[in-house]
Amino acid sequence: MRYLPLSAQDREDMLSTSGAKNIRALYEDVPDSAYNDALIPTLPAHKTEMAVEKHLVRYSNQNIDAAHAPFFLGAGVYNHHIPASVDYVIQRSEFLTAYTPYQPEIAQGTLQVIYEFQTMIAKLTGQDVANASLYDGATALAEAALMAMRVTRKNKVIIANDINPDYQETLSTYLKDDAIVDADTSDDIAAIIIQSPDFYGRPEKYLAWRKKADALGALLVVVITEIISLGMLPAPDMADIVCGEGQSIGLPMSFGGPHLGFFACRNDYLRQMPGRLCGKTVDADGKDSYVLTLSTREQHIRRDKATSNICTNQGLCALAFTVHMALLGDLGFRQLAQLNHERAVMLADKLSAVKGIAVENETFFNEFVITLPENAEKVVNTLAAQGIIAGLPLNDNRLLICATEKTEDADMDILIEALSTL
Amino acid sequence: MAVDYKTDSNPTKFDVEADQNRALHYEEKFLWDHQQTDHSGVDLPAVDGSINKTGITARAATGLPNLSEPQILRHFVRLSTLNYSIDHGFFPLGSCTMKHNPRLNEKMARLPGFAHIHPLQPEQTVQGALGVMYELQDWLAQLTGLPGVALSPAAGAHGEYAGIMVIRAKLRDAGMHHKDTLLIPDSAHGTNPATAAMCGFKVKTISTKETGRLTLEAFKDALGDGENIAGMMVTNPNTCGLFERDIVEISKLLHAAGGYFYCDGANFNALVGRIKPADFGVDVMHINLHKTFSTPHGGGGPGSGPICCTEELAPYLPIPLVGKSDDGFYKLLRKDDCPKTLGRLRGFNGQFGMHVRALSYMLSHGNDGLRQVSGDAVLAANYILSQLKDDYHVPFEGRCMHEALFSEKWLKDHGVTTLDVAKALIEFGMHPMTVYFPLVVSGAMLVEPTETETKESIDRFIAVMKHIAELAKNGEGDIFHSYPISAPRKRLDEVLAARNPILNG
Repeated sequence: MRYLPLSAQDREDMLSTSGAKNIRALYEDVPDSAYNDALIPTLPAHKTEMAVEKHLVRYSNQNIDAAHAPFFLGAGVYNHHIPASVDYVIQRSEFLTAYTPYQPEIAQGTLQVIYEFQTMIAKLTGQDVANASLYDGATALAEAALMAMRVTRKNKVIIANDINPDYQETLSTYLKDDAIVDADTSDDIAAIIIQSPDFYGRPEKYLAWRKKADALGALLVVVITEIISLGMLPAPDMADIVCGEGQSIGLPMSFGGPHLGFFACRNDYLRQMPGRLCGKTVDADGKDSYVLTLSTREQHIRRDKATSNICTNQGLCALAFTVHMALLGDLGFRQLAQLNHERAVMLADKLSAVKGIAVENETFFNEFVITLPENAEKVVNTLAAQGIIAGLPLNDNRLLICATEKTEDADMDILIEALSTL
Repeated sequence: MAVDYKTDSNPTKFDVEADQNRALHYEEKFLWDHQQTDHSGVDLPAVDGSINKTGITARAATGLPNLSEPQILRHFVRLSTLNYSIDHGFFPLGSCTMKHNPRLNEKMARLPGFAHIHPLQPEQTVQGALGVMYELQDWLAQLTGLPGVALSPAAGAHGEYAGIMVIRAKLRDAGMHHKDTLLIPDSAHGTNPATAAMCGFKVKTISTKETGRLTLEAFKDALGDGENIAGMMVTNPNTCGLFERDIVEISKLLHAAGGYFYCDGANFNALVGRIKPADFGVDVMHINLHKTFSTPHGGGGPGSGPICCTEELAPYLPIPLVGKSDDGFYKLLRKDDCPKTLGRLRGFNGQFGMHVRALSYMLSHGNDGLRQVSGDAVLAANYILSQLKDDYHVPFEGRCMHEALFSEKWLKDHGVTTLDVAKALIEFGMHPMTVYFPLVVSGAMLVEPTETETKESIDRFIAVMKHIAELAKNGEGDIFHSYPISAPRKRLDEVLAARNPILNG
């Protein structure tokens, strides 16, 4: 077996040194009733590298992927281009096969990357501090709601606009049954949650929400599912917590994961933050160094009193984000955002010109809702049969549709043609 | 004397003697401190620039630096050289299963049909992806003996949360709201009590300090009449590296009292292909794909923590699940298909890229290879235990499983601590073992060699450990306090970092 280095002789020598006559003897604490003497008969035997590749390529070929289809689906996961350097860097052994940087003397690479990632997120969101990342945008929002409750010592949250349904479902699971309320009927509100752009693509202005949160003594939580929007829309610096999804920078859609939850907040709430934090310090020679810090918030120290049970981040995903964002820089990131917007504006203009189709949004960033002459789900399935991924069907005739820098004129024309001949 | 080479045409000041760059050793600056350029490191299609239908004035600046591609590559490659990794050498980090990460898995996850598909595409356009998830569910069900599988949890702790929420949903459905307490041994990972608290359970701790094991007696005491007991969270093999001898009996008592057995699957590498947790009474457990099934740790994630459970608990699993109809069509099961589900635990379908990697690993090993994995892992740990037991204090008797536990007891009299041993290992070119965990052993050192090390590599570790013990016992251990001295950094001032947090530049 190619991944196992021990030879039969090694095994014999090691058993003999260990004073055991066979492997079963090493498992002496395991009762016979729990130990299987034979292989599991219903699972296959080992395969060559060639055979595994063939097995999985067959699965891969059964899917319609965005590299080969006109693609207009967004809704929280976006089809963006990733520069070649990103994947090269994240596949370096020193990053890919390292552990969590608990031994900082031999993990400064990972630690400095986290510190730079935290810096990027803080700058983009207009917040004081950011953590080393969380599982994804939906869990980041759930953690934000729980944190707001700890900070305010209140028990309810308001979801104030249209947020991604997966995020809402995740939030419902994490919070107590009656914790999500519709309006400010209660004086027990810990947070006002808004998504920007909202699920239907409409950018939010924050001032009114800030005032409302202040009036209620609640925190303002802003959730962002398309982080490229921050290259064009203002930083949500009026918020108390900004969280969301970083997949659009550096990460493939990958059927929904692994993605990248980000989390930033004001300094005042630092010690209530969930997740890992990397800080700057010095070593014994006084050299600038980085280390995981403020771990007294975390489960391995606090156990049942911890701020969260989280004991990981999305390290390699945060690296991919950091490399891609560093490549873009300020000029590239803002141009990429503008480009996304202009592609979407062109798509909206083209769709508006089709008889029977109307664009609902007055404002949008890179996705918006259209109404079709017939049921949207039916249209999506019809177009899928033609190799076009048309968007996300909403209720009735409504379709949520997205354009990115990868959406070419030719893709739009294929879509328009298909919709015109329904 | 340091010379500043500064001219009018070269305004940057260089103090060549003082800077730390030597041969292949570089001090790499903070990203923002590099010389900036006037354009992006990515060439994008031109934009009009005046179009704005967002309803808001476009942002003027983001605070990111402008650098070119060669600068970025050099920055991150230099940073990478400051890291230790599995591909460098021995990495015996107990409870973390730092095994070889096959690159075939990476190649498979990057196939366009896996990397570039969207979780909300129509099901008929992603049958291959759903097929991968279905096949992975089947492997996990067969390896654990637990037929209900949910792949969506994003990491081990997330899997724990899922598992305990499954138990909570079952108890609520059965009207057993009074069952509000979970039994957890004091050797458990910190995530266990943190998870129990997150799910609203009280925690009753069982002491294992005496023997390193959960004894029948201690368990019976903690269980009492079992009236309030929702279940137990037990890691098996436990965090002392021992298989719980009485686990079959204990799980029977727990079940008789109406409680459920949550197993922390962090140590599944000792069992895979040989022992099905269902056979020792587990009702629900998580599996760390990034431990047992070789998906890379990536410097701290992404992980993946699917959970497996009994038929009885399966209706409560978190959505989405993958089902298969009679005609072979794969389907994502959501709320309408699973009326008793505890709900959704994250966005979309889980860490799918990790699912592909784990399946690639399982297919490579097969039923025979996976059985050899656990055998070799347990053999390697026992070999280390037998070779070091006269040099380091072994707190508990008996054979170990896939990790061997030692303590600092015999070194302390010589002024040497577990931290010193860890830093000395770094100096001798190895990653340290897990230190100061489990908490039930003072100055614990938990050594998990895994099955992917050669005997030569293990023998060198043993030699280094004996050398460290010998220096300590000869009174020469003071030198360890300054270790490491050859690493990119010496010991860090962690107190300063926490007292005066600087979290971004």
